Amino acid sequence: MSQIYPVIIEILQIAILLIAAPVFIGWIRMLKCWSQGRTSAGILQPYRDIAKLFTKDVVLAENASWIFRFTPYLVFGVTVLVGAIVPILSVDLPLSATADVIVLIGLFAIARFFTALAGMDIGTAFGGMGSSREMMIASLAEPAMLMAIFTVSLVSRSTSLSQIVHVITSKGFILRPSIAFAVLAFIFIAIAETGRIPVDNPATHLELTMIHEAMILEYSGRHLALMEWAGMMKVFLFASIGIAVFFPWGIAPKDNLIYLPAAILFLAIKLCLAGTGLVLIETGLAKMRIFRIPEFLGSAFLFATLGMLSYFILE
Amino acid sequence: MSQFELVLFSIIILLSGLVIIPLFARYQKLLIYISFSLTALSSVLAAAGGALAVANNFNQSVTIPIGLPDLPVHLRLDPLSGFFLTVIGLLSFFVSIYSIGYIKAFVGKRSVTHLVIFYCLFLIGMFSVVLSDDAFSFLISWEVMAASSYFLVMFEDERTENRRAAFLYLVVAHIGAIAILLSFGIMAGAATDFKGFSGYTFDAMRQTEFSVGWATAAFLLAFFGFAAKAGVIPFHVWLPEAHPVAPSNVSALMSGVMLKTAIYGIIRVTFDLIGDFPWWWGAVVLMFGLITALMGILYAIMQQDIKRLLAYSSVENIGVILIGIGLAMIFASFEMPLLSALALTAALYHTLNHAMFKGLLFMGAGAVLHATNERNMEKMGGLIHKMPWTAVLFLIGCVSISALPPFNGFASEWLTFQAFLLSPSLPSPLLNLLIPLGATLVALTVALAAACFVKAFGITFLGHWRGGHNPSPPFDSPLAKGGYRGVKGGKGGLEVDWFMRSAMILTAVSCLVLGVVPTLIINWIDILPEQLIGSRIAASAGEFGWLWLTPIAHERASYSAPIVLIIVLAVVLLAYILLHIRKAAVHRAPLWDCGFEKITNRMQYNAASFSMPIRRIFGFLFSIREDVRAVYPTGNPLFPKRLHYHLKVRDRFWGLLYKPVADASIWISRKVGKLQQGRIQMYLIYSFITIIVLLLFLR
Repeated sequence: MSQIYPVIIEILQIAILLIAAPVFIGWIRMLKCWSQGRTSAGILQPYRDIAKLFTKDVVLAENASWIFRFTPYLVFGVTVLVGAIVPILSVDLPLSATADVIVLIGLFAIARFFTALAGMDIGTAFGGMGSSREMMIASLAEPAMLMAIFTVSLVSRSTSLSQIVHVITSKGFILRPSIAFAVLAFIFIAIAETGRIPVDNPATHLELTMIHEAMILEYSGRHLALMEWAGMMKVFLFASIGIAVFFPWGIAPKDNLIYLPAAILFLAIKLCLAGTGLVLIETGLAKMRIFRIPEFLGSAFLFATLGMLSYFILE
Repeated sequence: MSQFELVLFSIIILLSGLVIIPLFARYQKLLIYISFSLTALSSVLAAAGGALAVANNFNQSVTIPIGLPDLPVHLRLDPLSGFFLTVIGLLSFFVSIYSIGYIKAFVGKRSVTHLVIFYCLFLIGMFSVVLSDDAFSFLISWEVMAASSYFLVMFEDERTENRRAAFLYLVVAHIGAIAILLSFGIMAGAATDFKGFSGYTFDAMRQTEFSVGWATAAFLLAFFGFAAKAGVIPFHVWLPEAHPVAPSNVSALMSGVMLKTAIYGIIRVTFDLIGDFPWWWGAVVLMFGLITALMGILYAIMQQDIKRLLAYSSVENIGVILIGIGLAMIFASFEMPLLSALALTAALYHTLNHAMFKGLLFMGAGAVLHATNERNMEKMGGLIHKMPWTAVLFLIGCVSISALPPFNGFASEWLTFQAFLLSPSLPSPLLNLLIPLGATLVALTVALAAACFVKAFGITFLGHWRGGHNPSPPFDSPLAKGGYRGVKGGKGGLEVDWFMRSAMILTAVSCLVLGVVPTLIINWIDILPEQLIGSRIAASAGEFGWLWLTPIAHERASYSAPIVLIIVLAVVLLAYILLHIRKAAVHRAPLWDCGFEKITNRMQYNAASFSMPIRRIFGFLFSIREDVRAVYPTGNPLFPKRLHYHLKVRDRFWGLLYKPVADASIWISRKVGKLQQGRIQMYLIYSFITIIVLLLFLR
C-alpha cells in the first residue's frame, strides 16, 4: 500500500492546485473589493470567467504564427509540472526529485520566455512593450532570487524543496535572522514575478501601465482561459513555495496519509493569511513607475545579501 | 583502426584535400561538393577518434621527425585533447554539410577556391592545436589556425568593415600568440635551466616542479594570450568585428569551436603542465569570467546586427566557461577534489553545449542572411511565415542558449550553480562571502541572456516584416533572385535548401539530446577531472541511474531532464486534446489597433526599443549617444513633420584601452619614420654609429 500513497498524494496535489488556484485568486479579489469599499463578485467568480472563456470561439490575429497558439498549452503544462514538484501538502512526492528550486525557476522561465515571444508574435506595439518590460523585470529579479535560495540552502544544505521542508520541520522552530531577511526578499521577488502591485497591476488595461496584460492582450477563447488559469496557478505556487520554504509546519511528513486532512486545513489557513497579506500590500501601495522597479528589486537583493551575511556572522 | 590512427587519418584527408582542391578550381560547384564532403568525412573521423579516446582513457604519443633539428613534432592523443577533438569535429561535421548549401550562393559571383582551401587549413590548425605535445608544434598550429581564419574573415574583401575587422583580428591574435610563446619559453627554460630544446616538449614541462615566481609568470602570460584569443573582456574588441563579417559557416566555426581552443589552452597549461597553483589564480580566472559573462551579454542585448549579437553572446558564454574553470581551480587549491571535479565538469560540459547551440544559431543567422541579404534586425520581422524550418531550428538554439530546461544550456549552467552553492564549505571566510555574489552575477547573466534571445528571435522571426516601406520580404535581393535555387515567393518562400536545413536539424537534435541525458555525458567526460584533479563525480552524479542527475548527493539537489520533457509534453498534449473535443471555431481577425486604423509595420517594437529598459538601467556601462531631432515645416514651429532618432551604443573599452595604444603606436611610428631619409649616405652613417656604439659596449 505504501507504494501507492505517494502517487495518491501526487494526484491529489495536482487536483488541489487546479481547483484551489482560482479560489485563491477569488479570495484575493474579494478581499480587495471589500477593502476598497466595493461589492465583490464572490469567491467563485474566477471559475465562471474560465468556464465562459473555454466555451468561446478563438479570434486570432491575422499574422499569428504557431508560437502564439502553442504558448498557452506550454505555459499551462509547465505550471502544472511545477505544481507537481512543490511540496504543497506533503513532502512524499514521487516527482519531487525531478527538480530543485533552480530548476523550478528555469521552468517558470520557459513560461515567461514563450509568453514574451507570443507578445511579439502579433506585431503590435503593446505586445512588444509588455515583452520588453517583462524580460527586464525578470532579469533583475533573478539575482535576488538566487541570493535568497543561497541563504536558505545555507541552513538546509539543499536546494530541493522537499528536503528543505524536511530539514526545517525536523529541527523545530528556531528564530534565524538570515531566514527573516530571506522571507522579506522572497516576498518582494514573488510580487515582481507574479506581476502584482506595486510592480504590475493585474487589473489594468491602460497601455502605459500594463506589463503582463500587454503580452496576452490579443488572446481570446480557450487560449486566454489557459493563460489566465496558469497565471492564477503561478500566484498560488509562489505562495506555496514561500510557505514550504519559510513556514513549512503543517506539511505532511513521509508515509503519513492520516495527516493529510490536517495538512489541507493548514494549507487553507496559511493561504488565507497569505492572500490577506497580499491584499494589504496591494491596497496600501500605488503602482510604481517602471524605472523605480530596479530600486525595488535592488532592495530585495540587498535583503537577501544581508540574510547571507548574517548567516555567516551570527549563525 | 585505433583512435589515434582515426585522428591522424582525418588530418591526412584534409592535407590531401589541399592538393586535390586546386585541381577542381574550374568546376566550382563540383569543387564545393567534393571539398566539403572531404571535410565532413575527416571531421567525423576526428570526432569519433576523440570520443573513443575519452571513453577508453586512451593516452599515446607519436613523434614525427619533421620540424626543428633538436625538436621533432610531438603529437599526443589523451582524454583532454580527445574531448576537444570531439567538440571541434562534431560541429565542423555539421558546418561542413551546411557549407555545401551556403557556399553555393557565391558560385558565379566570386571564386570560392581559396575559401575552401583556407577552410581546410583552418580545420587542420584546430585539430593539430589540441593534438600538439610540444610548444613548437602547438604554436605552429596556433598560427595556421589564426592565419587561415584571417583569410576567411577577409573573404568578402571589397567591404571596408571586413578588411578593418580582419586587420584588428590579426593584430590581437598575434599579441596573444607572443604572450603564449613567452609563457612556453618560461616553462621550457625553467624545465631545463634555460639550456637546450628538450624543455619545449609538454612532457618535460609536466615533470618539472616550477618555482612560484616562474609558475605565476607563465600562468599570467598564458592566461593573457589565451584570453585574447577567447575574447575575454577587455581583450574582446576584435571578436564582435571579425565574427559577423566572416561567411556564416565560418562564423559558426569561429564562435563555436575556435574560441574553445583557447579554453583548451588554459586547461592544459594550468591543470596539466603547471599542475600545482595557489587559489588566487582561480580567483583571477573567476573574476575575468564574471566580468566577461555579464558585460558580454549586456553588449549583446544592445546590438541590432544579428550576427554581432551572437558574437557578443559568445563572449558571454566564454565567461560562463571561465567561471567554471575558476571555481574548479579554487576548489582544487583548497584540496576539495570532488567539488573541483563538479565545477570542471560544468565548464567542459558548457564548452560542448556552447559549440552546439552557438553553431546552430550562427547557421540560422546565416540562413536568414542568405535568404534576405540582411543582417540588421531592425529591417527584419515575420520570417517565421517565410522560413518555417529555419524559425523552429533557430528557436531551439535560442531556447538552449537561454538556459531553459530540458535543453543543453540549462544542464551545464545548473551544474555551475550547484558548484557555486557548494562554495560555503571553503575554509576561507573572504571567499565564502564573495563567491555567492559571483553566483548572483551569473544569475543576472542567465536572465539577461533570455531577454537577449527573446529579442533576437522575436524581432527577426515574429511580427511583421519591417524592411523600410516594403510590405513584404525583398524577393528581389541579389541572393534570392538568380543565384539561389530554393527561393520562390509565397508562404515558406524564403526557406533554405536541404543541405543547410539538415545540418541545422542535426545540430538542434544534438542540443536536445545533450540536454536530456546529462548523466551519460558526465559519465563520458568523467575521466578528464579524474586525470586533471584526481576525482570523479559520475559515481555520485549517476547514483540513481541515467534518469536522475544528482551532482553530489540526492538530498542536496537533483534534476531529471527526461521527466521534465515527458511530463510537459504529456500535459500539453492532454490539454490540447481536451480542448479540441468540442470544435470551437478559430477566426482570423485584424489586429486591435485602438481604433487608429493606420497602423504600419514600422510601429512595432523593434530591436532598439526592446532593449531600451535594460539600456537605461545599465547605461552607465556603455558610451551611449542618443540624438532626437525634429524637422518642422517652414513657418510652423509647433507641429513637427518628422522625427529623426539616432542611437549609437559603443564599447567603452575601445576608447579606454585600445585607442590610446593605437594612437601611441601611430605617434611612435611617425617619429621613427623620420629616420627614413631615403639617402644612402644617411643609412651608412646609421650603420657607422651603430658599430661604434656596439664596440664601446662590447669591448
